[in-house]
Amino acid sequence: MTYAVSEIRSAVRPRKRRLSRAAIEPWLYLSPAIVLLVVVLLVPLIIGISYSFRKFSAFKSEYVGLGQYQAMLSDAVLGQALVNTLWWTLASLFFQFFLGLGLALLLDKPFYGRKVVQAVVFLPWAVPSFLSGLTWAWLFNPIIGPLPHWLFALGLKAEPTNVLSDPATAMWGPIVANIWFGVPFFAITLLAALKSIPSELHEAAAIDGASPWQRFTKVTLPFLAPTIVITVMLRTIWIATFADLIFVMTEGGPAGSTSTVPVYIYVSAFKSLDKGYASAVAVLLLVLLIAYAIGLIAIRRTLVRHV
Amino acid sequence: MIAGRSTSSRIAGGIGLYAAIAAYMVFALFPIFWTLKISVTPERLLYSEGITFWPSQTTLKNFATVLEASDFPRYFMNSVIVSVSTAAMVTVIATLAGYAMSRFTFRGKATLAILLLLTQTFPLVMVIPPIYRIMGDLGLTNSLIGLIIIYTAFNTAFATFLMQSFFDGIPRDLEEAAMIDGCTRAQAMRRVIVPLTLPGMGATLGFVFTAAWSELLFALMLISSDAQKTFAVGLLTFIGKFAVDWGQMMAASILALIPVCIFFAFLQRYLVTGLTAGAVKG
Repeated sequence: MTYAVSEIRSAVRPRKRRLSRAAIEPWLYLSPAIVLLVVVLLVPLIIGISYSFRKFSAFKSEYVGLGQYQAMLSDAVLGQALVNTLWWTLASLFFQFFLGLGLALLLDKPFYGRKVVQAVVFLPWAVPSFLSGLTWAWLFNPIIGPLPHWLFALGLKAEPTNVLSDPATAMWGPIVANIWFGVPFFAITLLAALKSIPSELHEAAAIDGASPWQRFTKVTLPFLAPTIVITVMLRTIWIATFADLIFVMTEGGPAGSTSTVPVYIYVSAFKSLDKGYASAVAVLLLVLLIAYAIGLIAIRRTLVRHV
Repeated sequence: MIAGRSTSSRIAGGIGLYAAIAAYMVFALFPIFWTLKISVTPERLLYSEGITFWPSQTTLKNFATVLEASDFPRYFMNSVIVSVSTAAMVTVIATLAGYAMSRFTFRGKATLAILLLLTQTFPLVMVIPPIYRIMGDLGLTNSLIGLIIIYTAFNTAFATFLMQSFFDGIPRDLEEAAMIDGCTRAQAMRRVIVPLTLPGMGATLGFVFTAAWSELLFALMLISSDAQKTFAVGLLTFIGKFAVDWGQMMAASILALIPVCIFFAFLQRYLVTGLTAGAVKG
């Protein structure tokens, strides 16, 4: 289209003017977005990185070089938070993905009332995360929630107590809430990918005598693979940095057992005066996520080359 | 349909299918059902019948108290102001940006797309410490305007990709024809493209509204005065401050769900575009 329009224009207008106008015009439309992103995201990001080299107290701040980074090395709470982040991300992702895939495969089949079912099972996605967190916290509460009593009846707990108040089990609370909240995302994106598989492929495979399992592994999965790779990558970063549910349900407690790195950053930025340390931890998180993304892209490249 | 399967195994498969669907529906609805159930349970029955499936008596008293005798209507209004303003600003900004990304080829476009994509995966906790200080220095703590600016920026990249995908779906011949007929690009946009993109703009409005309505951490950090609290902050501080009144809290939660459910009903057909916008671009 662009060349068509420029042809029309060059026929009507002198060439020089067209060039300058065409060069400026898109930036004119983009400028509000760019200005906003630079002012609210990029500038604070740079300031945040500069904070990580300073130490803040009530009325002043001083330059401490890599002092905050050195302090991180001996911070056992941060070490615990890193382990928690890994556990929180992997467990949430695993269940979100497989339950989401299962749901997508179900919704891909024709059945009576599918539209209504689809609206119902996707609803958790629309529930604000603070409400998801609160609702699940209530479900885990022995006074008003049924879950402790069910777990007790099933013999999974010795007493109907709150899962969230025991450091050994507390992380399961936010993870369950996160699974509930995140299944629709995978179901929606994978369902869209499933719908794009040409039905002739399945029919041809069936005629050739392929079993349903063979059709799934040889036809469906290869088609889904690109969607799976990109959604899993984006979701990993998103879940790792998602703090709302944990903050609402446990605030990182009891005894730091549910404190992930983002929760730790938030609580230290919020509660302690030293924004320098919180910023240094934030830089660490950013570096880890970038390393993860680069690693994943590299793996994907080698895979593509070998195929 | 497929040869070689007996009737009985097909029936068993059908039962399995419906059982699995029923399990997913129960899982999705149960937490919401339970919140609703507690919200209509009279206070005196809460401890005796708190964990039964339905109370022997129901009441709407909790809803009445929340609406008439609490601060929640004000929190609700604050959330409406913040979410509507954010959604409106983002939609305008993203419509312009998405149009540029869809209809022009220019130097630096690919780089810009990658940068926009990066801001989408960018961990927002990164900017929590600096924004906390900067907003304080600017006097924008305890201000809805501060929140609106932050939310607008956070949602711009995603909404730009979303609008770009809607613009990409409109045949370019349409505006070219208008321009051949003597319209300027601005006129072509206003008379031809904008009317066709209205559903897309509606979807963007809905997605951003839902996102702003749900945001908690920045609001919690920046707002402490009761008059400026959004619903999320109000609900959470309500829990911290008073002896917990379960019934009222759940009634308030149900009320907070209403606006997002309305938008969700409308957004159903745009879910795929919305969730994958940006994911496959750049």
